[in-house]
Amino acid sequence: MRRSRMLPYWLLLPAGAWLVLFFLIPFLSLLATSLYDPNGSVLTGYQVTWHFQNFAHVITTYGAHLWRSFWWALIATALCLVLGYVLAYTIAFKTGRWKNITLVMVVAPFFTSFLIRTDAWKLILADHGWLVQGLQHLHLLGGDGRLLQTPFAAIAGLTYNFLPFAILPLYASIEKLDQRLVEAASDLYASPLRTFAKVTLPLTMPGVVSATLLTFIPAMGDYINAQLLGSTNDRVIGSDIQSLFTTTQDYASAGALSVILLAVILVLTMVYVRRAGTEELL
Amino acid sequence: MSQASEHRDLRLAEVEKTYGNGFTAVHPLDLVVPQGSFFALLGPSGCGKTTTLRMIAGLETPTAGRISIGANDITYDKPYRRPVNTVFQNYALFPHLSIADNVAFGLKQRGVKRPQAQVAAMLDLVELEGQGGKRPQQLSGGQQQRVALARALINQPEVLLLDEPLGALDLKLRRAMQLELKRIQTEVGLTFVHVTHDQEEAMTLADTIAVMSAGRVEQMGTPAELYENPRTTFVANFLGQSNLIRGRIVGEDTLAGAPVVKVDMQGTVVSIRRERAHVRQLSAGAGWVGIRPEKVVVAPAGEPIDVPGAAFTGGTVVDTSFIGVSTQYVIRTAWGEEIAAFEQNTGARAVLAPGTAVDFSWRPEFAFLLDADQDASAGISVEGEEA
Repeated sequence: MRRSRMLPYWLLLPAGAWLVLFFLIPFLSLLATSLYDPNGSVLTGYQVTWHFQNFAHVITTYGAHLWRSFWWALIATALCLVLGYVLAYTIAFKTGRWKNITLVMVVAPFFTSFLIRTDAWKLILADHGWLVQGLQHLHLLGGDGRLLQTPFAAIAGLTYNFLPFAILPLYASIEKLDQRLVEAASDLYASPLRTFAKVTLPLTMPGVVSATLLTFIPAMGDYINAQLLGSTNDRVIGSDIQSLFTTTQDYASAGALSVILLAVILVLTMVYVRRAGTEELL
Repeated sequence: MSQASEHRDLRLAEVEKTYGNGFTAVHPLDLVVPQGSFFALLGPSGCGKTTTLRMIAGLETPTAGRISIGANDITYDKPYRRPVNTVFQNYALFPHLSIADNVAFGLKQRGVKRPQAQVAAMLDLVELEGQGGKRPQQLSGGQQQRVALARALINQPEVLLLDEPLGALDLKLRRAMQLELKRIQTEVGLTFVHVTHDQEEAMTLADTIAVMSAGRVEQMGTPAELYENPRTTFVANFLGQSNLIRGRIVGEDTLAGAPVVKVDMQGTVVSIRRERAHVRQLSAGAGWVGIRPEKVVVAPAGEPIDVPGAAFTGGTVVDTSFIGVSTQYVIRTAWGEEIAAFEQNTGARAVLAPGTAVDFSWRPEFAFLLDADQDASAGISVEGEEA
């Protein structure tokens, strides 16, 4: 009896140990880093001096970048949700025997490195590429207009890179949707649009929530798309953290910025999940 | 509704459904469902009854033909634009909405701002008062069924469609819900179209039954008409049970002023009323003489049988099942065929044991005659599978 009561805890142990070792300890270490004396250096060493001013300092210096990261991630997430929903719905109900092949196509890009795929977008968006020239011909883009090194390119890159992370959870939810409920709504005077708002979307909300989290969280901290496709003037919070840690070695500021990013994402996520989970969105 | 006084019968004219793969689910079908009636589409699975219902609901589009309610052609109307609501087989209640919100769904879609009072009244009607706050998953099957009914009825549709609504319930609950359905239909006075494979359910509920088989209506009529005067072997077997005995048509005659068809059954000539002879040729050829088991009167050999006309002699009881209110006999006839006879346990005579030599007969007005080219076992196995 006694052994079986303890068994669940033993089974939890590996996962618990993993969390402590690779999440809790690094997080506490990051928290400590964020409170270093900012005058420390590799030569003189670092000390935790509870220097809370680090936070005020990075917010004033990098606040705008944080704001930009937030907006870019938000727009990219919204685009991923719209595109992902349409694609997932199509895959789930309209592809018939091609369903498995289309699903493989969704994950196929993962066979190539994230960096290479993002870099490849430079060719597509290049100033003398077919896309820019085509748009210039159509007068949708000015003669000296460009796509590369604009926020458009960075957001397009984010959307492209995180789209599979939106499609897969959306597909999992939409595929389970009972078509008979859609028929019932239509039988009860709901037009296709109303049926979507009142039945389809609420019932696939779990997929929408996971798709949002899986897209927004990494997109907010991402700096590859901003660095490779965006302008050097439009810095994002990820770039700042990366350069503070590796180039400037200002560990105190880098740590504070990381903690702020983490806190912001955590709060946004909690508010979002709570709203999406308990209230009818529409 | 403004057309309340006008006739709002549901009409299907030459309605046909053929799928892309060439399968014809419904062959050209004509039906008239009078306003306010309780109409049943009865048949085994795959007979096209659900497809017919879905075409009325607008969930399937007919390949040909017209569907109308009164003067309005609704053949190609979208489901959400028809004055028709459905109680689905699996109920299809919205799991993310409360019972009250499920019931209010249709009214809200039509712009009713405060449906609460109507919802409460409807929940009362289906005896679910006070359950409005629960979720569908918290209710039993029978309760969910009533929610589905309330959700459709609250919209006061001109036609209410019921797709095997009681199929998922156990026998006892099903019988209780049948009475409930009948009560509600009488109370609200709407046109009900009920799809079922349960012949007893159809007979209990419906004013008119259309028996369907393989995409066609075999016969349509009141439960008593269908039972007493079936036109095909399928109807004879699917609705209740029938003895079908092969005979040879020998000609027409009149008996007590009524036209009859004479059939030679293994040497005994029986008369079948003209209007009960559903054969192409009345003067010659083979036919199935049909008689319901409870109409067969049995007596020990030599004893008089209280029916007019000749009795069949030389029968033997081969099986006796005593089932309380009645006794069911299987009798081997003199020519070696087995027929069923049900006898009320009135106590007038002792139960006949297997092996007893018997004579049997029936009142001539109860027999019917069917074409010999029909399958005598049509409609038997299909019912057994589903019951």
